[in-house]
Amino acid sequence: MSSGTAELVARALPLTGPGAPGRPGAARRERLGRLRSRAAPYVLIAPFFLLFGAFGLFPLAATAWTSLFRVELTAPEAREWVGAHNYARLLTDEFFWNALANTVLIGVLATVPQLLLALGAAHLLDARLRGRLFFRVAALAPYATSVAAATLVFALFYGRDQGMVNWAVGLVGLDPVDWQNGPWASKCAVASIVIWRWTGYNALIYLAAMQTIPPELYEAAALDGASRWRRFWHVTLPGLRPALAFTGLVSVIGAVQLFGEPLLFSSGAGASGGADHQYQTLGLYLYEQGWVNLHLGRAAAIAWAMLLLLVVLFGVVRLVRGKGVRR
Amino acid sequence: MTGRAGSESYERAGWGTYLLLALFTMVSVFPLLWTAVAASRTSGRLAESPPPFWFGRNLARNLSVAWDEGAMGEALANTAVVAGSVAAGTVLFSTLAGFAFARLRFRFRGPLLLLVGATMLIPPQLGVVPLYLLIARLGWTDRLQAVVLPSLVSAFGVFYMRQHLLRALPPELLEAARMDGAGTLRVVWHLVLPAARPAMAVLGMLSFVAAWNDFFWPVLALTQTGSPTVQVALTGLGRGYVPDTSVVMAGALLGTLPLLVVLALFGRQIVGGVMRGAVKG
Repeated sequence: MSSGTAELVARALPLTGPGAPGRPGAARRERLGRLRSRAAPYVLIAPFFLLFGAFGLFPLAATAWTSLFRVELTAPEAREWVGAHNYARLLTDEFFWNALANTVLIGVLATVPQLLLALGAAHLLDARLRGRLFFRVAALAPYATSVAAATLVFALFYGRDQGMVNWAVGLVGLDPVDWQNGPWASKCAVASIVIWRWTGYNALIYLAAMQTIPPELYEAAALDGASRWRRFWHVTLPGLRPALAFTGLVSVIGAVQLFGEPLLFSSGAGASGGADHQYQTLGLYLYEQGWVNLHLGRAAAIAWAMLLLLVVLFGVVRLVRGKGVRR
Repeated sequence: MTGRAGSESYERAGWGTYLLLALFTMVSVFPLLWTAVAASRTSGRLAESPPPFWFGRNLARNLSVAWDEGAMGEALANTAVVAGSVAAGTVLFSTLAGFAFARLRFRFRGPLLLLVGATMLIPPQLGVVPLYLLIARLGWTDRLQAVVLPSLVSAFGVFYMRQHLLRALPPELLEAARMDGAGTLRVVWHLVLPAARPAMAVLGMLSFVAAWNDFFWPVLALTQTGSPTVQVALTGLGRGYVPDTSVVMAGALLGTLPLLVVLALFGRQIVGGVMRGAVKG
């Protein structure tokens, strides 16, 4: 609806509106109306904030508290105070450190290529194209595919003896790779699922940012005789800064929580993340401790460790950016 | 979105660009196509090398097995209910709260908005254990409301609607309506909702896709045999509930097709939504 129509509606309101002047009781209604309108904002935000409090804020705040208890999934009412015991156990738990290392490694393997590829794809999509919409929608097909569906098909691609990837590797004349069991191969395989699902989505975000860059800047750079590459480096990239920060943030948060891909990558392994835990991430380890071994208190401590990891990562980023040369 | 004039770039695409884009599109779509190929074969054929590259004749059989034994039929119905409720609820609550934050003055407006924004940085997954305990206490495990209600909390939705309404709802218009004595309810109905409509459609679609594909929490809160969503049913299939590879792929196909149809029908709006979500309006 155009604002013109809205104005008409607003003008039409007094014809039927309460508290219109010139009627008996108008003053009282006026007061009532003011009272109502003072309460109105709170009424409007109440539904959201009720849910937000119950299912958003409360669980976040209670995670720290729960992590100080021994709680079993089978009897959530019977909790026993154990203080820092869950944390002490984590620190001496080799599987926790393994999951932490895997989360960081798979995170790097997934995030860096994903954002670089997205940048390249966005640059391609930014050209003057026929069938622009088709290419953009196709780029979103992986985003519309669920983690589960994507992982199940990729697990087949990466099958050791009959998978398409090893068949292609064989065509080139190389030996087949054990994508399920190799410590590095399996991490790369899991990361590739993340890359496939999110590259197109990030490309569209970069594309949106690219289109807000004023064309005069490119024209000026071209007049100065800057090459295509230099124009990309000195005009496009600076314009993408907010988008790069946004996608980086979202990707890092996603990487810390990686769960579905390692859970479903091999059918037999379940929550252990491979026969040798070689791709068990923190998210998967949390699930294994809480919902397979039924130790909810320990799972809460792992959740807290995940938050700590995020805080440390953002701290490192800030330090690096602070030290970096600001252009 | 304030695109460039006609959102046209400074370069006209050469054949190299088309070649690379074709490659990119192939890689994006191939796994989905091959899911259908694998779903039309037999498990025996999928265990041979080289893998099949074209359709077989078993699609109908595999789909019906996945539908019945893999609980995919029930799961699709559950997921439609969940994603529909989440989309409708998110749009409604985000619009109301977004309007209040955009155009109304009230105490604690700033701090409350900051609080919502701060939680955007904290992954909701961190609260899963207390959330699970809460759901268990309410007796909601394996009930659909266990996955609907927590998903209605969308800080992104509130910010998105607020941004949109700051642009689409001029304060003078509200002033005029107020002067004319219109109550809040009428203002919301006659001014806010019409102004918010385009953003509501986009937010609804993005919420629908996110709810349909939501994985971590549903896998914790629901079981394969209770009231699974598509993702929970697929997890069951993938972990050997039905140890037949071609049926698993048929399930994956069933779970993905509805969203691909949505993407094909509303591609333009979804692309616009993804692109607008990131650009500061």
